Amino acid sequence: MGTDVRMWDASSGALLRVWGLRKKYVRRDAVWRKSVPVVAVRGVDFEIPAGKTLALVGSSGSGKSTVARCVARLERPDAGEIRMGDVDIAELGNRDLLRFRTEIQMVFQDAVTSMNPRFSAAEIIEEPLLIQRRGNNAARRSRARELMNEVGLSPNSADRLAMEFSGGQRQRLAIARSLALQPKLLVLDEALSGLDLSTQAQIANLLLELQAAHSLTYLLISHDLPLVARLADSIAVMSAGQIVEQGPTPHIISSPTHPETQALLAAAKGFQSAYAATLGDSL
Amino acid sequence: MVESSSERLVQIRGLTITYSPENSRSIRAVDHASLDIRPAEVIGVLGESGAGKSTLILALLRLLPAYAQYSSGSILFSGRDLLTLAEPELRKLRGIGISLIPQDPAVSLNPVIKVGEQISEVIRAHLAMNRRERKNRVEDLLREVGFDEPQRIYAAYPHQLSGGQRQRIVIAQAMACRPALVIADEPTSKLDSALQAEILALMSEIRRRHGTALLIISHDPMIFAGFADRIAVMYAGRIVEEGNTKDIFRKPLHPYTQALVRLSTRCFTDAGASHEALPAIEGEPPDLTCAGVGCPFAPRCPERMQVCTSCDPRELKSEPFHRVSCFKYGN
Amino acid sequence: MRYVGRRLLRAVVLLLGVSTLCFLFTEMAPGSFFDEMRLNPQISPETISALRAHYGLDQPLVARYGRWIASAVRGDFGYSIAYNAPVAPLLWSRAKHTLLLTTTATLLTWLMAVPLGVWTATSRGRWLDKVVAVGSSLLISVPEIVIAVALLALAVRWRAVPVGGMMSLGFEELSAWGKLQDVLLRMLLPTSILVLASIAVVVRHIRASVLEVLDAPYIQAARGHGIARARLLFRHVLPVAANPAISLFGFSLAALLSGSLLVEVVTGWPGLGPLLLDATLSRDLYLVIGGIMFSAVFMVAGNFIADLLLLASDPRIRAGGPDAN
Repeated sequence: MGTDVRMWDASSGALLRVWGLRKKYVRRDAVWRKSVPVVAVRGVDFEIPAGKTLALVGSSGSGKSTVARCVARLERPDAGEIRMGDVDIAELGNRDLLRFRTEIQMVFQDAVTSMNPRFSAAEIIEEPLLIQRRGNNAARRSRARELMNEVGLSPNSADRLAMEFSGGQRQRLAIARSLALQPKLLVLDEALSGLDLSTQAQIANLLLELQAAHSLTYLLISHDLPLVARLADSIAVMSAGQIVEQGPTPHIISSPTHPETQALLAAAKGFQSAYAATLGDSL
Repeated sequence: MVESSSERLVQIRGLTITYSPENSRSIRAVDHASLDIRPAEVIGVLGESGAGKSTLILALLRLLPAYAQYSSGSILFSGRDLLTLAEPELRKLRGIGISLIPQDPAVSLNPVIKVGEQISEVIRAHLAMNRRERKNRVEDLLREVGFDEPQRIYAAYPHQLSGGQRQRIVIAQAMACRPALVIADEPTSKLDSALQAEILALMSEIRRRHGTALLIISHDPMIFAGFADRIAVMYAGRIVEEGNTKDIFRKPLHPYTQALVRLSTRCFTDAGASHEALPAIEGEPPDLTCAGVGCPFAPRCPERMQVCTSCDPRELKSEPFHRVSCFKYGN
Repeated sequence: MRYVGRRLLRAVVLLLGVSTLCFLFTEMAPGSFFDEMRLNPQISPETISALRAHYGLDQPLVARYGRWIASAVRGDFGYSIAYNAPVAPLLWSRAKHTLLLTTTATLLTWLMAVPLGVWTATSRGRWLDKVVAVGSSLLISVPEIVIAVALLALAVRWRAVPVGGMMSLGFEELSAWGKLQDVLLRMLLPTSILVLASIAVVVRHIRASVLEVLDAPYIQAARGHGIARARLLFRHVLPVAANPAISLFGFSLAALLSGSLLVEVVTGWPGLGPLLLDATLSRDLYLVIGGIMFSAVFMVAGNFIADLLLLASDPRIRAGGPDAN
């Protein structure tokens, strides 16, 4: 099954346990040709202890987004277990899943396309509450304002349309929305990619604050290994649908063993040496 | 380095561009920008969304929408002022004098035309060659940008290629007619970190081989390390600092530049820095519809002084080849 | 080829479904052909029953349906009670006239609408665009019947063109050239009505799809490469904008037999429309069913041709995936 090297205790403090996850898609080259199955995830195991962050890194096509979507049950895995507590959510039907939707929430990469631009900020945050039938209008509205405050948006802009916010602000809105139902686990699918440096830093800091304040657990998907090193307690490296290396962050960063990990680090190391050279040969 | 009055490829002086769309307030997207590009030079333009970088490069190509006005300034390309040229002459320059690598290759390629044909179109627009010659040239270009099977790629459609492959195609398009200047708009921001290094290496190779000048836009200073000769930092439509790459990294003068450099080198801390907050810049990018008084960065500047909110720090030279607009360095 | 095969299969299933519904609805509709006869005291009930038996109308629905299918696949679509003639040749003789009208009208509509749509898109906001916008709004909001009656009235008033029917009284005596002239003149009115009724929608659609492409980033990129305006339009913009236009064209093809009923009736054009109208009103069962099936075949074929054209023109559809279908 997994080819991982677990460096930490598989203790019972794990909030999320994934075992043997498999998912394949079907692909067709041309409409009149046969469909070909493409295995996106082939046997992935990992655990995330409560309140910690696991980063899933890899290049495009490694299957990390698919894993994220399976954990958040936006897709149904073909095989494997996804356990939160005692329950295996991999096999749950839609009605039972509804309960677990409050436990696991997802934040997507592109805040522009992950929310309706014509909804107001308040409507966006209230929507999950509405779907889960929590509270009345007033209660929902006050919760929305509270959340906006928490993510660093002014509650006075609660009625502004989403499209009037900047990219960074919309990502904050997406985070506020994901917190509405007080989830235990946030799946962040490249939520920091494609942002300006300063916005990225602000959002990363926000995520750190929120994690401390609410004891959140994060599953962070990214291709940016150095950024992720700041945020994650442990890192799992994916390649071609499998986890090829995983372990605590300091270990992975300082002494990677698998070539894929080394390759991911090499890019950053490349910039690092270019930078050093730029500084170094001054006179 | 002696500043000779040798032939500058591009000379931008005091360029100001204002957007006046119909139902909104006007925006000063570029504010008195001045920049020089020498032949075969690599200039990095550093700035975040809304800083005016895209406007600047569209202005160079005269591709701004109708509601954009060139309020002041000039753009000299090989001695000719682009702002005075008519459309037919500009078309003769685009793609062969100055070329653009657009920001997102996924949407910058025509979905129903084979990619090889799309490169061929650029050649066809400027050079007199027959079909066979063009095809050969395209295949050479495809090899040059790193494709091993040019014939197969020639006949592919954009949706059949990966992100990195598409990026190479748009680079091939930009290089098709060997322009003197290539502008690359955020060439690496949509790519994986591994691909980023490859694409930058490719562009470096192109510069070396063809002596092309490069104007690279990015929000990440690290892209420019070891690659760009000079960096210009843009904020709120102005060039707030400009200098050699070495100087910018070693001794950034403007507080904004300092913050960006600090951020982009955050990854070089030791691995034990987990969960430590990043040195973010507080506040939001400025709202360009309100023409404020004073330095546009003042609201977010950790070293803000009294004079910063009341007066405008127009260009003040700090050192001969390193200019900055900041009251820290004079008045 | 599997793609084509699947589409054909779907088409057959569709046609079967249409025929079933036809039978059901005609069964459910009150009355039969012989109702009038029943009221006539001079015709005995036995005669009527005999006639009914002769046409198989006394059989149960399913049996009738089965027999119809069996003979339909052999090309025999039954008998018209009113005309006392086989349905298929009767339909075809009229359908020819309809097709002459609608094919000409469709061709003219598209030949005029496409350049107009493209032109207004490229000159967005200028006076041409505004004029066409107002004109097309007007045309769209006027119902076809009003256009038909208005043009009819004008034609009669000004005696511009001969009105009514496809051929003049002394048609047979005319020379070949004379015959052609006669038909063309008489076609003028119904064709004009058809064109006016449908051109506005096509212009609008073409304009919208061209505009959408003009604003696309890949066209901006192509401009950045210095590609000339004309080349940009014809080689880069139109092939992409063709996709939605082809779908619309498919609808035009599909409606070739069925879209001109009103015009034919109003102008007296001897097409399928008036024939079917009479047949429906008099409950001429197999003629009605035959006529509907004939139209349905054209619909299916039209859509099928559109699908094939789309397949040929858009590589994204060839590859399947979310953009296909």
